Amino acid sequence: MDSATHGTAPDHTPHVHVTPLWVYFVVFAALAAGTILTYLASTVDLGWANTPVALVIACVKGSLVILYFMHAIHSTRLTWVVILGSFLWLGVLFVLTFADYLTRSWAIY
Amino acid sequence: MSDVTYTGQTPVPPVPEVEEHPHHPFLQHHFEDLGQQHEASTLGMWCFLTTEILFFGGIMLAYWIYRLAYPDAWSVASTLQNTTLGATNTIVLIMSSLTMALAVREAQLGRRLGIVAMLFLTLIFGSCFLGIKMYEYHAHWQEGLFPGSAWHWNENPELAPKIQLFMTFYWGMTGLHALHMIIGAGLLLWFMWRAWKDQFGPEYYGPVEIMGLYWHFVDIVWIFLFPFLYLIHGHKH
Repeated sequence: MDSATHGTAPDHTPHVHVTPLWVYFVVFAALAAGTILTYLASTVDLGWANTPVALVIACVKGSLVILYFMHAIHSTRLTWVVILGSFLWLGVLFVLTFADYLTRSWAIY
Repeated sequence: MSDVTYTGQTPVPPVPEVEEHPHHPFLQHHFEDLGQQHEASTLGMWCFLTTEILFFGGIMLAYWIYRLAYPDAWSVASTLQNTTLGATNTIVLIMSSLTMALAVREAQLGRRLGIVAMLFLTLIFGSCFLGIKMYEYHAHWQEGLFPGSAWHWNENPELAPKIQLFMTFYWGMTGLHALHMIIGAGLLLWFMWRAWKDQFGPEYYGPVEIMGLYWHFVDIVWIFLFPFLYLIHGHKH
């Protein structure tokens, strides 16, 4: 968050933050590398760790897209609240559902 | 009291001074200026994306419930996917996200033809993705991997019903993702037209940015779908 220029103080001029080209290309390279890495990781038997590794790589890739391609890093604090709120509620959905499913002794897990 | 004459007419508000600089043609009257309008539209789009995150998130939750219940079936089902095409499509979609981000940058810099070119490249990459996806759909249909009465895959009779459940998630999740791509392709065509008409520039690049938010979101969904559907076979419970 670039609070120095786009903080909580009302800023009523159209602010254009032009990201340098190299940032976009570095992020693209990281996303492509992540794709190859997640493929290679899936071909190696890591036991229980295969799934967490795939999830971590996907989360890092998604975060890069949100921060740099979607310009979240330069967005207002209110936008940040909405973005983080989205994933907070997604987390609530997953945690509470699995708190039920994974603790049913009579279930198939 | 006595000097107020009731005329039966509402008081006429004072006529505002004529502005020296006319409003930007795309500044809506309920916003103070383009900066405020831009912030409001970004916030509004993120509110929409919240509903999209929870929409795809809910389907992914259902997927995970059954993946944890039937790990063997999920592992076998994943080997039925064409990983090469899935990985290629992931790269193609990331390239379309790059050109979409560059289209926003061209709009910020006010380069009309640059916007059109970058949106066109995004459309090309998006169409490549959909083309490869259609090829995969056709192959799966031929293999009898479409759930319901068309299902005739039976190489593993014990796991087949659970693999049919996996394929229900496969068709549902990739289908909804493809639907979002098709809507995005329509938006790209519209935005290429608007950019051609020189409607975007440093003062007013918001719509291109909002279009980008949508496109990148659809990319993020695929970033998760790719390992979920194609890459399970490396691990066995």
